[in-house]
Amino acid sequence: MDRRTFLKIIGTGVAGATTGSLLMPVQSLAGESTKTKEFYGILVDTTRCIGCRRCEQACAEVNGLPVPDISEAANKQVFASPRRTTVTEYTVTNRYETEKGTIFVPQRCMHCNQPGCVASCPVKALEKKRAGHVIWHSNCIGCRLCMVSCPFDMPKFEYGRAVSNIQKCNLCWDRYKQGVLPACVEVCPTQALMAGTRRLVLEEGNRRIAANPGQYVDHIFGEYEVGGASHLYLSAVPFDQIGFRKDLGTIPYPEYSAGYLRAVPFIATLTPLFLLAVNAALKKGIEKSEPKTEEKHSGTGKH
Amino acid sequence: MAGEKLETVAVVEQPDKPAEIQIGRDFWPFFRKESKPKGNPATAFNLLSGVVVAFSILAIVYRLFAGLGSPVTNLSQLSPLGLWIGFYIMCGVAFAAGGAVVPFIVNVLGVKKYRPFLRVAVLNNLLTSFFCLVVIVLSFGRWWNIPNVFIGNGFGANSVMFIVLWVFLLTIVTAALQFRPAFAEWIGNTTSRKRAATVALGATVFGITLSVLQQTGVGALLTMAKGKIHPLWYSEMLPVLFFVSSIYAGISLLIMVDAISEKVFSYQIDEEYRNSRFDVMMGFAKICGGVMFGFFALSLIVAQFEGDFAFVNSEMGYWWLLEIIGFVAIPGLMFAHGAQKKNMLTIQTAAVIAMVGILMNRYNSVFLAYNWDLPFAERYFPSALEWIVTLAVVFVQIWAFRWIVNRMPVMRKSPQWAEKFDRD
Ligand code: SF4
Ligand code: SF4
Repeated sequence: MDRRTFLKIIGTGVAGATTGSLLMPVQSLAGESTKTKEFYGILVDTTRCIGCRRCEQACAEVNGLPVPDISEAANKQVFASPRRTTVTEYTVTNRYETEKGTIFVPQRCMHCNQPGCVASCPVKALEKKRAGHVIWHSNCIGCRLCMVSCPFDMPKFEYGRAVSNIQKCNLCWDRYKQGVLPACVEVCPTQALMAGTRRLVLEEGNRRIAANPGQYVDHIFGEYEVGGASHLYLSAVPFDQIGFRKDLGTIPYPEYSAGYLRAVPFIATLTPLFLLAVNAALKKGIEKSEPKTEEKHSGTGKH
Repeated sequence: MAGEKLETVAVVEQPDKPAEIQIGRDFWPFFRKESKPKGNPATAFNLLSGVVVAFSILAIVYRLFAGLGSPVTNLSQLSPLGLWIGFYIMCGVAFAAGGAVVPFIVNVLGVKKYRPFLRVAVLNNLLTSFFCLVVIVLSFGRWWNIPNVFIGNGFGANSVMFIVLWVFLLTIVTAALQFRPAFAEWIGNTTSRKRAATVALGATVFGITLSVLQQTGVGALLTMAKGKIHPLWYSEMLPVLFFVSSIYAGISLLIMVDAISEKVFSYQIDEEYRNSRFDVMMGFAKICGGVMFGFFALSLIVAQFEGDFAFVNSEMGYWWLLEIIGFVAIPGLMFAHGAQKKNMLTIQTAAVIAMVGILMNRYNSVFLAYNWDLPFAERYFPSALEWIVTLAVVFVQIWAFRWIVNRMPVMRKSPQWAEKFDRD
């Protein structure tokens, strides 16, 4: 990308070498701010979450979604049973009763390092940004294979509309470009959510585990699951007690269809070769020549 | 539809001299003349299918404005693949496999005995691929964007769906090329007929390759649903399993088409077809028996390898056993037995069971085993409209098939003048 921008500048910089050399560093610096080499991430410390649902409210506000009622009375009802994200709720906080008491867990798209949703999309409508955000574009054809391929069932499809979109958390991509924190992180009163480069928040997570023996299970969900993700969860109890799957494995989901995809070029080239070889060996198929008589025919047939 | 007098024509006139219709010039007058219904259109089948199709058109118009939500479909966030994508396409592709198997036998292996079945198989493949694309347009939420896949508005070339969609398009083109001889004989165009013969082998080879890609591809669509599909139905080998099972699915369909045509298209079936028919069916039965035995063994090996036998002793497990024994092993044995005893009825019964087995397997993979651990109320069951529209598409496909068979030399012999162009 940077190289292309650079070439473009060289190409258009016919005015003189000075202009070119002046613009180049500026351009690449500007590019650098949104194209870091590291993924961005959010550390979710479920021991700190108090279930106030202010992240849900903030998320709805910045994304223009119906703003939920987060009064205490409303929360009581909402927490009655675990919810899933919907087309109008990109993040939901759920309550789980565990061996260590009540635990609240905000759940949303994990922004996987190697997302199944992106790998399954035939038009690259889902894109993994270099900074780690997985965002959706409107060239989507609505095939819904991303929903099949997401290990966390996060992409949601607007069924009841003529023009329907895929909806999910985009890790506040627009805010990121402006250098602002994700809305949920900004509003969280207990700093249960912490944003930064994935490496830094992972370090912080490990530090908390090491510094508070007995408070956390020694596992950060999202560090290795399905090849790693930008959302990283700390927990006091094993993760299956707070709504996470244990059977996901550490293999990135795109790997599961990679076997087929790697075979495609071979199928496409070897099958015809094989068929032609068989045909030639049997010498029974359509003979390839007889050109003389054929050409005469087509010559007269054209009249 | 069996036993129904669809469009009864007493004699099929076979013009001795080609009419030499040119596509641009005199095609439309010719087409209008040919379009007239042959025989009495007011049959019970036509009335029933007509009502279903008319109703479905209304439903589809409604879907365009109101989206895919209820009452049109029962799709949900946890069951994104409904009857249309999940079922019609997966089954359609499998049943169209005859369009690769028969050309393989006839044009590649050069076994001429099967020749009379070539065009039926190719036509079925052509129509199925076309109607699969129609269903795709119906069921994709943002269908107006589908051209993006082909014009490169974001080439997701590393996605299985991308390959599946391209292969559908290419299959339509290739199958049309393979079917061109019949079309050229219909309009009596010698030039076109001659050209068609020159690309026959190329089109065959390309068509078979596409079919392999497609059969494996529809299986690969589900490979990233790991953890959602019950382990007995999920496997990283799904592409291979889908490919192998499509071979007997495609042939079983041809056996059924043959059994039905014998009744409804008897006036179309010529001597050559009739004479080779018995032999061919026995040959088909042998292939099916062999492939089904292989598929049965493969399924067990995959299950053993992936440790799936741990799940056999459960409700889902019994269902799986029923599928693999009742609808693979048993019809497989019936095929073998029928071929040995030369019993047509056994073979036809086996074909029906095998086809039901394919329907079951695809249904189970995309619906029953998909998110099988959800509470019952959240499970997907297709809505009435989904069933009706699916039925309507099948009906329209039958109409198209019938229309073409009644006009072009698909089952009957090619006209005399065209014979010299076939060089095998
Ligand atoms: S959680 Fe799902 S939707 Fe989010 S990035 Fe991963 S695969 Fe994509
Ligand atoms: S539904 Fe849209 S975003 Fe999802 S895989 Fe299909 S085209 Fe891509």
